[in-house]
Amino acid sequence: MQYTILVYETPAELAARTDPKRKDAYWGAYRAYTTALREAGVMVGGAGLQPPRTATTVRQPGGKRRVQDDPFADTKEQLGGYYVIDVPSLDKALEWAARCPSASTGAAEVRPNMPPPPPPA
Amino acid sequence: MNDAAAAAELAARASYGRLLAYLAARWRDVARAEDALGDALLAALETWPRTGVPDNPVAWLLTAARRRLVDGARHAGVAAAAEADLKIMLDERADASPAALPDERLALLFVCAHPAIDEAARTPLMLQTVLGLDAARIASAFLVAPATMSQRLVRVKAKIREAGIRFEIPAPGELAARLDAVLEAIYAAYGSGWEDVAGADPRRHGLAEEAIWLGRLLTRLLPHAPEAAGLLALMLHCEARRPARRDAAGGYVPLSEQDVTRWSRPLLEEGERVLAQAARANAPGRFQLEAAIQSAHAQRALAGTTDWEAIALLYEGLLRWAPTLGARVAYAAALAEARSANVGLAALETIPSDAVVAYQPYWALRGHLLKALGHATQARDAYDRAIGLSEEAAVRNFLLDRKR
Repeated sequence: MQYTILVYETPAELAARTDPKRKDAYWGAYRAYTTALREAGVMVGGAGLQPPRTATTVRQPGGKRRVQDDPFADTKEQLGGYYVIDVPSLDKALEWAARCPSASTGAAEVRPNMPPPPPPA
Repeated sequence: MNDAAAAAELAARASYGRLLAYLAARWRDVARAEDALGDALLAALETWPRTGVPDNPVAWLLTAARRRLVDGARHAGVAAAAEADLKIMLDERADASPAALPDERLALLFVCAHPAIDEAARTPLMLQTVLGLDAARIASAFLVAPATMSQRLVRVKAKIREAGIRFEIPAPGELAARLDAVLEAIYAAYGSGWEDVAGADPRRHGLAEEAIWLGRLLTRLLPHAPEAAGLLALMLHCEARRPARRDAAGGYVPLSEQDVTRWSRPLLEEGERVLAQAARANAPGRFQLEAAIQSAHAQRALAGTTDWEAIALLYEGLLRWAPTLGARVAYAAALAEARSANVGLAALETIPSDAVVAYQPYWALRGHLLKALGHATQARDAYDRAIGLSEEAAVRNFLLDRKR
């Protein structure tokens, strides 16, 4: 069963990505976490995302388009990346989420992936 | 919180397990007993601020909970079960004095760890019924979704009722085996503690205290069970070291580098006392051996040195009782200290690789030993695995530092 781990990071964590004093620890932790997922054979895919300031959000309700230079969610913790993993149960997915570096500082949200939609009848 | 609320909570916490065990044993229904006791607590919080706290709050709660159970049984009407309930109702009336409230908690502990109950549900059930912890807190401690934990607890209580699991102390012939399951469940609440290089997870702190409380309760209820005393001694020794597991800046400190003056002397001494008492029965077992290993580590606070050869020998003994992954890794660590990094690594490499893909302590020790042997590249790879499997920033940072 596939689950997605959504990596929510605090502004301090996002800043650590480029902070000369903290970036080694930041990238070292994520590199190691990704390696552990791969070596355990549960990694399906994923990506790190460029920081929230690079986000552009498009809304066009009723055909009225609005483009904004901001992330969709205006929250303290921002989506910093995601992992897709394949494990037998939610319990196992939570074990991996607990090891995600963002769980110690921000949050790691686990969602079961939907199965592909059924073929057209 | 006002006085009435505080008194209700105090009375509840002090007597919850005892009241619940009594009601559940009488009515052979954990879920119904919990609901009735929960209603009684709510009623107390509503009533006491007006009437004042009764002289005997526990008796008040018991009476209110019994009334709920009797009313509930009446409403259930003519169902087949009602006949049994009727008998209990009559018994309840005959035996109304709560001063004589029998302690059924030992029977409840044996029910919680009954072989018919799924192993993963045993500890949560104990924590909920004996200590009154809510499902959400138990779920967090065991890293399970709260909804899943609630469902598991509901299912397991239904099973106790439907399978008619009896509230009784096992016969002497099966006591030892059944007690083992109770001890395992209490130990699971304590967490994997020192086996785990990460061993100082602050989120487990709450449950560590609850587990020690259960351990003390069990040794009081079963004073002649050396393994129960062994488990208590083991938890006390681990707990004694908790203050030394982090430095002033919150950094992780491994056991060998801990400042022994920060170990809790009272807990350490109590652990020694409890273990010595257990040993007098001359019936060794897994938990007494584990406690003896911790006691050997504690000697550093008393004698200033660690006898690693003795610790390695104790682990050899432990592996015959309980060849867990944690014990195998710890044995390798002890061998490395007692003899050489090479010997330790050889012991580590006897562990099958598919057992350790997600086991952090294995990789941390592997990194440490490979580094000591001068295999820099392999050491860095092992450290990376350990870092990726760590759940705590302090441990991650410690290992990142060692990896350099």
